[in-house]
Amino acid sequence: MRSVFSLILLVVIGAGVVFTLSSIPFGSTSSDVGEYYIDSGRADTGATNIVTSVVVGYRAFDTLGEVTVLFVAAIGLGAILAAGRENEEKKKAEWEPASLVLYTGCRFLFPLILLFGAYVFIHGHLTPGGGFQGGAIIASAFLMVYLGCRKKRISKTWARNTESISGLVFVVTGLTGLAVGGHYFLSNFLPEGTLNTLFSAGIIPIIYIAIGLKVGSELTGVIDDLIEESE
Amino acid sequence: MIIIVTLIVAIMLAAAISVVFFKDLLSAVIASCLVSLFASILFLFLQAPDVAMAEASIGAALITAIFMIALRRTRRYEE
Repeated sequence: MRSVFSLILLVVIGAGVVFTLSSIPFGSTSSDVGEYYIDSGRADTGATNIVTSVVVGYRAFDTLGEVTVLFVAAIGLGAILAAGRENEEKKKAEWEPASLVLYTGCRFLFPLILLFGAYVFIHGHLTPGGGFQGGAIIASAFLMVYLGCRKKRISKTWARNTESISGLVFVVTGLTGLAVGGHYFLSNFLPEGTLNTLFSAGIIPIIYIAIGLKVGSELTGVIDDLIEESE
Repeated sequence: MIIIVTLIVAIMLAAAISVVFFKDLLSAVIASCLVSLFASILFLFLQAPDVAMAEASIGAALITAIFMIALRRTRRYEE
């Protein structure tokens, strides 16, 4: 009886999905906004990477919301883990030390991955990638150190301070844009410079560096919380 | 080109189906990491390097690590 009922439900849902999807024309555009971004993104924002000109230029306010969602998620995780830790006495399991090859490899690769992550978010307006990708790469570098070097830990104060300061930089840049540059939050108030150079695109590099540091320190904090909890 | 893309999609499908059927949860986590890894290669072929970067670092590295840390606190085998 139950299986018959679930089969009927499955057929109904499947038919609904098929009818909904068949009415959407795939591969054709329904609005002109995408073409507008491709045509005038470079002239409007000064960024050669069109994805960046949308994420930090036209839709910068949405990005602030996105960063806030990540921030709230990290805070929530930290709060839940800290609440569980209080009424449970800590028994530290002994970590088996990593082998010499792994240890040396991690120490060798760590600065290179960190450099690559910083490159990705500093050049966010020129090459593919940006704050979120660069931050995730930096967090994966710290994850590698946590797994390979075992005893090494980041300073929680540093991670929190970096996170708060970069979040503040984002909001303050936006408010300065509102006060000085134009009529809306996060409007550009710096010169756009020459296209395709590092110091161009106005406030976009500043915001992307802030996002990169914020995402990197947040995800590193999440990993730190989880690994500390699993010990 | 089309052969490589077909191969990547086939590997992704096989890995995604095996995630459901593995009794060893560690193998399931690694298979889901494989799905993300090949998805990022596919994004690169579809000329979306931004998405490929995010998929490789978050989907393949961080999420796998978080699942493995969670597995340390629970049981490794499904009953």
